[in-house]
Amino acid sequence: MIELSDVRKVFPARRGAGEVIALDGVSISVARGEFAGVVGPSGSGKSTLARLVNLLERPTSGTVTVDGRVLTDLDDTGVREARRSIGMIFQHFNLLDSRTAAGNVEHPLELAGVGRTERRRRVADLLDLVGLADRHAARPGQLSGGQKQRVAIARALAARPSVLLCDEATSALDPASTAGVLDLLRQVRAELGLTVLLITHEMSVVRAVCDSAVLMSAGRVVDGGPLTEVLARPDSALAAQLVPAPAAPETAAGALVQVTVTDASPQGVVLQTLAGELGLSVEVVGGSVETVAGRRFGRLLLRVEGDDGRLDPALARLRNAGALVERTVAGDPRPEAAAEDEPPAGQEPPAAEEPIVQRFADAPDVQR
Amino acid sequence: MNDWSRIAPQLLDATGETLYMVGVATVLTVLLGVPLGVLLTVTAPGALAPHPVLNRLLGLVVNLGRSLPFIILLVLVAPVTRGIVGTTIGSTATIVPLTIGAVPFLARLVETSLREVAHGKVEATLAMGARRRDVVRTVLLPEALPSLVAGVTVTVVALISYSAMAGAIGGGGLGDFAIRYGYQQFRTDITLVTVVLLLVVVQLLQWAGDRWARRLATH
Repeated sequence: MIELSDVRKVFPARRGAGEVIALDGVSISVARGEFAGVVGPSGSGKSTLARLVNLLERPTSGTVTVDGRVLTDLDDTGVREARRSIGMIFQHFNLLDSRTAAGNVEHPLELAGVGRTERRRRVADLLDLVGLADRHAARPGQLSGGQKQRVAIARALAARPSVLLCDEATSALDPASTAGVLDLLRQVRAELGLTVLLITHEMSVVRAVCDSAVLMSAGRVVDGGPLTEVLARPDSALAAQLVPAPAAPETAAGALVQVTVTDASPQGVVLQTLAGELGLSVEVVGGSVETVAGRRFGRLLLRVEGDDGRLDPALARLRNAGALVERTVAGDPRPEAAAEDEPPAGQEPPAAEEPIVQRFADAPDVQR
Repeated sequence: MNDWSRIAPQLLDATGETLYMVGVATVLTVLLGVPLGVLLTVTAPGALAPHPVLNRLLGLVVNLGRSLPFIILLVLVAPVTRGIVGTTIGSTATIVPLTIGAVPFLARLVETSLREVAHGKVEATLAMGARRRDVVRTVLLPEALPSLVAGVTVTVVALISYSAMAGAIGGGGLGDFAIRYGYQQFRTDITLVTVVLLLVVVQLLQWAGDRWARRLATH
C-alpha cells in the first residue's frame, strides 16, 4: 500500500546551516490494512518520512508509491488528486480557528467540490464516528487536546482516504487522551480498512497499536519488521526499545540467564528445566512482561545458583527446542537508552516551534 | 467672535469631505493593498509560491512608497492625479495620493498578519489536496481576519492623518479647514475644534475596529 524505495531527502545548505541529509536511502513497505509505526529519536528523519508519503516534501531521489500510484512521477495536479486519498493528522492538530468543529471537518469536502447537502450529511456522520456529535458548533479553542485530535481525525477521514498518516499525533496529549485517540485510531482502522503509518517517539504508542514498526536513526532504517517477529529476536535494537531488558544487578552470585518470553516460547518450560529437572536455585531478579500487538511479550532476568556445569548444556538444549534464553554478565552495560523520556520531537528539519495560539489585533503601530 | 453660526455648517461640510475622502480611499486601499500583501507573503522564500525576484521587486516598491513622507508623495503624484481625476484640487483629487500612500502601508500590515498564520494549518490544507489559491482563500485570509481588521483600522487612522496633511495643498476636508480658518486667520479656537473633531472620528473608528476584530477572534 505504501512503498518507499531507496528514498533520499537532502535539505540544501542555507545561511548559517550546512546541508542536512534527513533521509539516506530509506526503503519501507506497508501492506494494505497494516498499522505501521516509525520510531526513532528526534532528528532521525521520521517526520520527514511521513511528509514524503503525501509529497508535502519531495524526495531528492527515490520513489514513493501509494496504492499502486507512483506519486513521485505525478505532476502537481496528480499529486493534489492523490493527496485526497491520504489523510493526515498532526501533533498540533492544525485545526482552523476561524471554523467550528463541523466547519473544519467540512473543509476537505469543500475543497473536493462535494455538494452542500452531501457535505452536511458526511460531517454529521464523521463527528458521530469520533464521538463529538454534540460539539459540532464548538470552536477549536473550546475543545480539549484530545477532542481537537478527534476533530482532526474526522477531518482526515472526510475524503474517504485509504491511508492515514499520523505525525506525532499523540505527543501533545495527556495519557488519558492518548489512550482515547489510539482507541479511536484502532477502531477506524478496523471499520474503514485503513492503512495507517504512525510516526512517534513514544514506545508505549507502538506497543499499544502497531502491527509492525521500523526504527530510524540518523536518516536510516536500522531495524524493523512485524512486532511479533522483531520481539522474538533477542538482539533486535527495536525490541530493546519496545521492551527494555531488565538491568542486571551490579554484583550477583551465580549465573545470570536472560529469558525472552513470547507466546511461542513461554517462560514456564525454562523454569521447569532449570529449577525442576536440574534442581538449581532459580530466582527472578528483574523483568517485565507487556502486551504488544495483542500478544504477551517480556524479558526476565534469572539468577541461577548451584551450577555444576550442567547449566550451559541445558540452555543449549532449551534453545534448540525454541526457547529464547542466553547467559548474560553481571553489570552488563545497556547501550540502548529508552527513547521514552525524550521531549516531544519537533519537526526535523530544524523549524522553530510555531505558536499554537492564534494571535489577533497585534498589528504594529503606525510607523510614520 | 460670534461667527460660529457661519462656521459650523462649513465645519460640518469639511467633516463630510474628510469622511468621504477617507472612506473611498479605504475601499480602494483594501482592494489593492490586500492582494499586494498576499503576493508579498506567498512569494517569500519558503512560502506557498516562492518567487524571489517578484518578492524583492514588490518589497522594493512597498518600501519606496512607505519611506516617502506623505507631503512629498502628494506633490510627486500630482501628475497622476491630474491624469485620473482631471484636477489636483479638492477632496476627490486627494483620494488618489491617499490611496497610493496607504496601499504599501496596508500591504505590509497584511503581510505581517498572514505570516502569523501557523504554517501547520497551511500544511494540513495542502495535505487535503488543496490548490495554493484555496489555501489563501480558505486558510490564510480567514485565519488572519481579526488581525487584518486591526490592520485596516490602523490604516484608516493613518488615512485620516494623511487627509489632514493633504489639506495643506488644497485637498479639502478638516485639514484644509483648519489651515484656512485656524492657521491663516489666527483662529486658534477653530484649530482646536477641528482637532477635537478629528480626535472624535479617530476614536470612534478605532473603537469600532477593535470591537469588530475582537468579535471575530472570539466568536
